[in-house]
Amino acid sequence: MKKFLADKSGLRDHAAPAIARIERRLFLRKGLSLGALAMLSGCDVTNDETVDKVLSAMSRWNDSVQAKIFDPNKLAIEYPESAITTPFPFNAYYGEDEIRLVEAESYKLELSGLIRERKPWTLPELYALPQASQVTRHICVEGWSAIGKWSGTPFRTFLERVGADTTAKYVGFKCADDYYTSIDMATALHPQTLLTFRFADQILPPQYGFPMKLRVPTKLGFKNPKHIMAMYVTNTYPGGYWEDQGYNWFSGS
Amino acid sequence: METATSAPSTTTLAAPAEWIRIHPLVVRITHWINAFAILIMVTSGWRIYNAAPIWDFRIPADLTLGGWLGGALNWHFAAMWLLTINGLVYLAYGIASGHFRRKLLPVTPRAVVQDVLEALRGRLAHADLSVYNAAQRAAYLGIILALVVLVFSGLAIWKPVQWQELTAIFGGYEGARVVHFAAMAVTVLIVLVHVVMVALVPRTLPTMITGRARNPLWGKS
Repeated sequence: MKKFLADKSGLRDHAAPAIARIERRLFLRKGLSLGALAMLSGCDVTNDETVDKVLSAMSRWNDSVQAKIFDPNKLAIEYPESAITTPFPFNAYYGEDEIRLVEAESYKLELSGLIRERKPWTLPELYALPQASQVTRHICVEGWSAIGKWSGTPFRTFLERVGADTTAKYVGFKCADDYYTSIDMATALHPQTLLTFRFADQILPPQYGFPMKLRVPTKLGFKNPKHIMAMYVTNTYPGGYWEDQGYNWFSGS
Repeated sequence: METATSAPSTTTLAAPAEWIRIHPLVVRITHWINAFAILIMVTSGWRIYNAAPIWDFRIPADLTLGGWLGGALNWHFAAMWLLTINGLVYLAYGIASGHFRRKLLPVTPRAVVQDVLEALRGRLAHADLSVYNAAQRAAYLGIILALVVLVFSGLAIWKPVQWQELTAIFGGYEGARVVHFAAMAVTVLIVLVHVVMVALVPRTLPTMITGRARNPLWGKS
């Protein structure tokens, strides 16, 4: 455009200001639409490293705020059995055709970290623990919710029995489907946090996490690991499958 | 800050000033922070909605913020602090300074209907930008209320166990999701009408930046 104007010097004097105005206007409009596009599509802003850093710092801040909001004595609402959602939705990071099958006979729960008695637990030993039941609402990070009935042993009872250091910060879980997650000790000791073996009064079917699922009604669904093979108590932040990808770690309800 | 607007009588005999201050600094700052926060909250909220739609429709992904559910959630739970703290500053200022009482009240249903009809006929007067007509008052009070409902229903969705008494007010977790969506829809509607009105009366836009508007009395004495 500039070259053309320079050549036609006769035209420039009259036309240049007008063209400059148009160019300026075009530039402004382009700037505006790019800005709006970046805002709305999120493509540019979410790929920005600085933005990512700020968002993840805010997520850590929200972890600490949620830990303060968490009341160890506040109980999640328990529903009548008539409120149970059937069929209860299946949910995992993979499809239903990839559900892991764990063999009952050879199963052994491994314990490690800040735990005094680390002998592995067989299923008959786990089933012999004191039992409790709950009908509570499972809330998914996606927004949907469903009510289910889970039965098992209070996690606090189990942690005390194996001599876990309950002053430690985290309990981590490793699962047969390569899923992993971790929760804060305060939540682990909550009276409704159950190490469950049954769903709707039946032995946990594979799609709901055979042989063992941690039910945490005070946290979002992805903080409720299924197919638990090993657990450990630690003071080192263990992260999790979804948490390491950017989902909020505490994710308390 | 507010006194500048309401004291034309201090220099009784002097001619009216050309410019008058109609938007206090606190209102201007909180207005633009609020606009930014709402944009973030709404567009990231749409992405979150799409992960598990309540009804049989999704928001076009191009209009959403965050790129994926985890990203949208991080935007949403970061900007909620901006929206809430900024909103509290605005509400505290509006109540304590008398700004709400002076600018937004009184507002009667009859006057609102009358002004909306006038506006639709294109006959609503805008000579004095320092006084809000009844339709504006209703809209501004309406969006304040919608945002308060949005924040509380949002907290109810975020903490349905810890703050279950609050969640119960909205009819439980699922009820709070519906209320949250409805309050979002009302907010977006008011914002759209607001932006259209600003486009129709463009001289209102710089007043929300500089705070000043031409005095309708200027040159008339």
